[in-house]
Amino acid sequence: MSKKNGDEILHDHNHDGVDRRGFLKCMAWAGTGAFCVIKGGVLNSYSLSNLSGIGAKEAAGDFGFVQISDSHMGFNKAANPDVAGTLQVAVEKINALPGSPEFILHTGDISHLSKPEEFDAVEQILKGAKPKEIFYVPGEHDVLNDDGKQFLERFGRKARGSGWYSFDKNGVHFVGLVNVLNLKAGGLGALGRDQLEWLENDVKHLKHSAPIVVFAHIPLWSVYPEWGWATEDSAQALSYLKKFGSVTVLNGHIHQTMQKVEGNVTFHTAASTAFPQPQPGKADSPGPMKVPAEQLKSVLGITDVKYVQGQHALGVVDSTLA
Amino acid sequence: MRRAAFVTVVLAALALGISVVRAAEVRLAHAAQGKVATSEVKIDNFSFGPATLTVPVGTTVTWINRDDIPHTVVSSDDAKTFKSKVLDTDEKFSFTFTKPGTYPYFCSIHPKMTGKVNVQ
Repeated sequence: MSKKNGDEILHDHNHDGVDRRGFLKCMAWAGTGAFCVIKGGVLNSYSLSNLSGIGAKEAAGDFGFVQISDSHMGFNKAANPDVAGTLQVAVEKINALPGSPEFILHTGDISHLSKPEEFDAVEQILKGAKPKEIFYVPGEHDVLNDDGKQFLERFGRKARGSGWYSFDKNGVHFVGLVNVLNLKAGGLGALGRDQLEWLENDVKHLKHSAPIVVFAHIPLWSVYPEWGWATEDSAQALSYLKKFGSVTVLNGHIHQTMQKVEGNVTFHTAASTAFPQPQPGKADSPGPMKVPAEQLKSVLGITDVKYVQGQHALGVVDSTLA
Repeated sequence: MRRAAFVTVVLAALALGISVVRAAEVRLAHAAQGKVATSEVKIDNFSFGPATLTVPVGTTVTWINRDDIPHTVVSSDDAKTFKSKVLDTDEKFSFTFTKPGTYPYFCSIHPKMTGKVNVQ
């Protein structure tokens, strides 16, 4: 059933040339540093250590981009005393990816304490990345003390409200959302009515075949509400995206990779470039998790995303920093 | 000679008297401080400890962050009765409760963290 270098489509229920079970299998490979390209309906997997065997054409989908998250510039406790160093390693990883990712999405907690010098340091380090265009959405650590005013001035000049916006690249519609402001006691992440209204209008007239990528800091699906790893009103947001054939939701906040496929929606969270956090319920609290120094880079990571024209689901691959 | 001795004795008595009064003042001040109650809430492991604190009116409550991640202390009411700046590890925030009542609060960065001060 499985060939040496690829799997054939066995279950094409949605008639879109994508084998969902195979796609899930591909995503499971991601934990071992595999690189999947969905091309012509066939999944091809390559081990990251074997990438020299891939030609540029094989590595290329139609276009790709990178997601990084939770750089927490300014954090300096035991879990990682050098977050600038690990962010630098992430940049080197990005620059070593096959194909050329066109831009970077940063899903928030750029800084640790919302300090200007922390934002400056991240922007400076990311200047060394080959993709020059970077899109940001804030994490809760980026909007301390000023309700996100500084974040908005720095990264949200073209944004609406507290920093939400959308843009199109190569036929894919990207939506950056903010779910870390106006949080209520005992509550979860929140989008709020204004943002939801904007979102509804933003996607209303798009063709159903347009692939959508939504990115926001706190997960838009219920990962672990006890630790605040969910968004109060995300169901409303997702209802506006029901009609689309391909929706990819990229989040951060939980400092570990996790994925879920629900119909046409693929949810994915990225690892942090700063420090890991425990798995849901596996610790007293979701705080920074200490690992032996030599293991740190293996629990931090970046995410490579590829879009292939005609294929609905995007190829999402996580790789660790070491 | 007797006059000088008398004056010395009087001065000494005065000095003694003053120091006694001073000592009493200090004792009174300490006692007064004891009456101005202070109470502490430790923030650690994404929780406030104790989660519910009961204090008399006039108490100054001090929150101290012992966690390795920053937190805030923000009252949950609309009036935002008290609101700390961001507290990094080992930073403190104090608030004096001058009116009786129940004061629920939370961490605005991690809103699942909640606590309460009962002022009686």
